[in-house]
Formats: sequence, structure tokens, C-alpha cells
Amino acid sequence: MTAARRRERGVDPIPWWLIAVGTLVALYFILPTLIVIPLSFSSASAFEFPPKDFSLRWYENFFTDPVWLKSLGNSFLVAILAALIATVVGTAAAVGLNRLTGRLAGFLRTLLMISMVTPAIVVAVAVYISFLQWHLTGSLLGYVLAHAALGVPFVLVSVTTALGGFDSTLLRASASLGAPPLRSFLRVTMPLISRGVITGAIFAFVTSFDEVVIALFLRSPTFQTLPVQMYNSVTFELDPTISASSSLVVVVVTIIFLVPLLIGSRKKTR
Amino acid sequence: MTISSKVAAAAPAPASTPDSARQGTQIRLSGVTKDYGLASPAVDAVSLTIQPGEFMTLLGPSGSGKTTTLNLIAGFETLSSGTIALDGADVGTLPPHKRNLGMLFQNYALFPHMTVAQNVAYPLRERKVPKDEIARRVAEVLELVQLPGRDQNYPSQLSGGQQQRVALARAIVFDPAALLLDEPLGALDRNLRGALQMEIRRIHREVGSTFVFVTHDQEEAMNLSDRIALFNTGRIEQVGTPEELYRRPDTLFTARFLGDSNVFDLGEAAVGTQATWEDHIWSVDPATVAEHPGVKAHGAVVVRPEDVRISHDPQAVAPGANAVRATVRDLEYMGSYRTVMLDVGHSRQLGRARIDALDAAFAVGDEVTAWWKPERQRIVAA
Repeated sequence: MTAARRRERGVDPIPWWLIAVGTLVALYFILPTLIVIPLSFSSASAFEFPPKDFSLRWYENFFTDPVWLKSLGNSFLVAILAALIATVVGTAAAVGLNRLTGRLAGFLRTLLMISMVTPAIVVAVAVYISFLQWHLTGSLLGYVLAHAALGVPFVLVSVTTALGGFDSTLLRASASLGAPPLRSFLRVTMPLISRGVITGAIFAFVTSFDEVVIALFLRSPTFQTLPVQMYNSVTFELDPTISASSSLVVVVVTIIFLVPLLIGSRKKTR
Repeated sequence: MTISSKVAAAAPAPASTPDSARQGTQIRLSGVTKDYGLASPAVDAVSLTIQPGEFMTLLGPSGSGKTTTLNLIAGFETLSSGTIALDGADVGTLPPHKRNLGMLFQNYALFPHMTVAQNVAYPLRERKVPKDEIARRVAEVLELVQLPGRDQNYPSQLSGGQQQRVALARAIVFDPAALLLDEPLGALDRNLRGALQMEIRRIHREVGSTFVFVTHDQEEAMNLSDRIALFNTGRIEQVGTPEELYRRPDTLFTARFLGDSNVFDLGEAAVGTQATWEDHIWSVDPATVAEHPGVKAHGAVVVRPEDVRISHDPQAVAPGANAVRATVRDLEYMGSYRTVMLDVGHSRQLGRARIDALDAAFAVGDEVTAWWKPERQRIVAA
């Protein structure tokens, strides 16, 4: 307690302009959400802010319209499967690359990270052209594969970070105690890097869940995800259902990002 | 006060301990070599037989190959050539998890996400031991390492010494063929190290299995070992009991690595019953000449400081003793004894004599005669 107090005193007082800048930046990030969520509860059939009356009609609309529901389900399905694949591939890559050093490891790492720095539209066009040939456009498999590739770098980065604090002597200890490599991985490595794996999986899920560029290219009348449906709704219909769906996306993503925080606080209390 | 009662309590063999563990396993290394493709192999044709139940220490400076040799026994490194056999069965190509060897690491290597009990139960769970037997053996072994009541703690809640006790418990609970110890006391402070040395010796006595201990600390090696294998540049310099290595070193390296010594380099082969150093002629007892081929090329006389007497009066030298003129360079009071640092001979090389702590007859600058009995010296390969 005394240490915390001493640290507090040691820090210079925060200047007013820094507080002002911080507030502006925070508002800039939060404002769209602050407008969209009240809008979704409006009773008017056109966008008006602030809303005059409140109702749940747009949510009712969302949850009764099979097109919206289908695309929401598709989004969840694609995001879960893509995150699953990305997590397995990314974790395996991180664990493998962690033991490698030298040029080959650097090259492989860059290769796996490339989708992070490539412009989305470039990836989308490339995916579209190759998937056309393989007849994967408009299919669940196509979406999952494309989104999984986008998710791998997030898992790779977060698991690599987690492995940075991992003492490889533990694996020697585990082996000397009679555990074969795979059991050592499951009983020793995995529990100790689990936070990195979960964080990576969440980023992979969210990346897929709100990915729109590739999804637009891959869409078909029979299969589309929520962001694509939202895009359709804005361009063709423009009704406040989109604000209800936007609010839902915000809530889903927020809840998912809160998961590791909850895990973290539970670990700390132990 | 509790140690003796604990020994008495733990002495009757637990029913689970098979006779083989009680007697220990023989470890035989033949021509063991590890070559990383550098200028010289890290381990170069090492042959060594560790007897069942023996406490063998691999001693040497860093980079001498002792840790690599241990890792080869454990299976963490692959052999370049040679064989490793446990009780006659070749294990050279087995992966570490199939060798059934316990291991202690310098940094303890406890699993931080498991409690003490879970850590110790780990090897038993791997071996599918029934649950109630696991609980019984974990409690038993924690009693043996004197850590009862801490089984629900996490490693981070324990001190370094306690963590190493847990690691020790975990490494012996499954009755391994042998226990390998890789500088396990290196991270502990001096007092704790002494206490844990005693613990390890006691547990070795009680468990009775083969221990292979790696250290660079010669005092630790002398305190603990039945025998010491002294490593130098990937080879074994000499193997023997601590007393053999200290009293009867074969080479200058051994003499210098274990304890203090006065070295008189003869610069030539040591032959016959006389040795000449500068203008001194000393008598040599053939029994004190090392049986090492190097002696025939280049010998050196080694005398331990505690065997050297000094006196102001040259007449005080005992009859038959070898003597050398010296000047007192410095005096070190060590509490239980006094070390006299000497400038010896024309070359004024550093020499040491250990005298009684109460003997205050010498002062810096005194001209003295240093002497010793010929049977107390050793002629080694330089």
C-alpha cells in the first residue's frame, strides 16, 4: 500500500490539455456506438437522432426476418470454425517456430504474417479468383478457409508472446518424469500458454465475425454473412434494422473481448 | 533434532519400493562422444561405470562436458557415438521419457500451474498408479523431504530451498532407476546450500539408488560424493574417491582443481628417486609418483598447504624432509587456521603454508624455510 502511494506521489500531475486530448480521442472512438445503440431503440421508420420514441420493433424485425437470422447464424458458424482452424494452425506454428532459429524461421514467420499487412482488397481479389476456380465461392468452406487465414497471424503473435515467458526446462522435467512429448504439450505447455491461445482465438473470431471485404466477394444468394447483409440493407433498403444488428455486433464483440479479462481476474484471485 | 526421528520413521522400506531401486542401477558409459562439429567434441570418448547405489559427481569447470554428459544419460542430447547402458541394457537411443531416470534442475523446473501435490503426483499419474496409492506415496515422499503440510501450495508460494525439495520429491517418488542432478544447489545461497547438501546425502542413504550429480563446485563434490569424475575439455581427467583425488592427483589439473596446492614445475620427466627444482634437490618416494604416462614426459611436485611446515631456523627442518627457502609475502587469518603466503625460491613463485591459528610467530618479510615430508608430496603430470 505504501509502495502504491509513493508511486502516486512520484508522478507529475496530469496537465489539463492531456486530459482534454484523451477525452476527445475517447469520444471519437465511442461516439458511433453512442449514436447507433439509441437509434436501434427508436420507433421511427427513418433514421432520426435523438430518437423521439423508444421501441423494440427493429429488434423484433431483426429476429423475425429469416434473412437477417440466417446471416447472423452464418456469421457465427463461419467465425467459430475459422477461429478454431486459425487457433490450431497458429498455435502449432508458434510452438514450432519457437524452437527454430535462423533465417528459415524468420521467413516462415513473415509468410504466416503476410495477410496482416496485405491490403484487404488485394487478399479479397486473390481469394475470389482462386476460389472461383475451386468452386468455393458462396460456400461455407470458402468463407471458413479465407477467414481462418486472416486469423492465423493473430494467434501466432499472441501465442508467441505467451511462449516468451515459457521455460523450456519444464518440458525436460516432464519428459524425465515419463511423459511423452504430446502429453507434455497438453499437460504443461498448453495450460501455461492458454491465455495466449484464448486471446488469439478471440481475435481470430472477431476478425472473421466483422470481416466484410472478402465476404462481399464470396457472397452468393444462398450464403452470406451478417456484415454482407448489413451492407445489402444499407445499399438497398436503408431501414433502422441495421442499427439493431450493429448494436448486436457491438454487444457480441464486447462480450467476447471481456472473456480473457474475466479469466485474468479469476487467475489473480487464486 | 527431528532429522534422526524422521530417519527412523522413514527407514523401514515402503512396500512400494522395489528391490532394484533399493540397490540402485548400474550406469555404464562406453566411448560416449558428443560432437557439435566445433573444433573439439563437447564430450570426447568418455567411459565411466557408475556402480549401483553410488553417489557419483561429474565435476569440472564450465564447458568441460560434464553437463552434456548428464544430458546424454538423460536422453536430452543424442549420442554422436558410444553407448550408455543401464544395468546392461542399452538406452542410448531411447527418448528421455522411456529411460525412467529422475532429474533435478538448477532452476527447479516445477510446474507453476500445479500444486505441490500435483507436481509430485505427475510422474505417478503418467504411470497410471491408482489414485489412493498416489495420495499415499505423495504424502510419504513429502515426509521424506521434510515438506509435509505444503501439498496444496503453489511453487511460487515456496522459498527456493523448499521448491528444490519439492523437485527432489517429484524426481524420486516414482522409484527411478537413478537420479540425475544438474547443479541443483547452484541457485541457492550458501547456508541453504549446506542444509540441502546434508538433505541430499541423507536421502541418498535412505533411498539407496544411484545418484549422478553435476557441479563445478569442488567443495560440494567433496562433501557429497562416493566418487568424483573430474572433467576437463570433454574428457575425464581422473576418477576416484574425494580423498583419492585430493591426496593422489594424477595431473596438475586435478591437483589445482581440488583444493589449494603448491606446485613446483620440474620442467622435465620425473624419474628416479630425486627431483630437482631450481637449485633444490628433493628426495622422491616412488609410491608418490602418479601412474600417468604424462609423468614420464613432464612432471611437477605438488604439496598441499597443510603439509608444509615453516620455520625461521633452517636447523629446525626435520631430517629427510624436502625444503625450500622462502619469504613471507602475506598472512591470512582464517579463524580456524592461518595461511602464510610465501615467495618461494629464486622465481619468487606463490606458495602457501597452513599453520595454527594461534601461531603468531611470522610477519611479512620474514626469511623462512618451508619444508615437508617426501611421502606427503605427489609427483603429477604437468
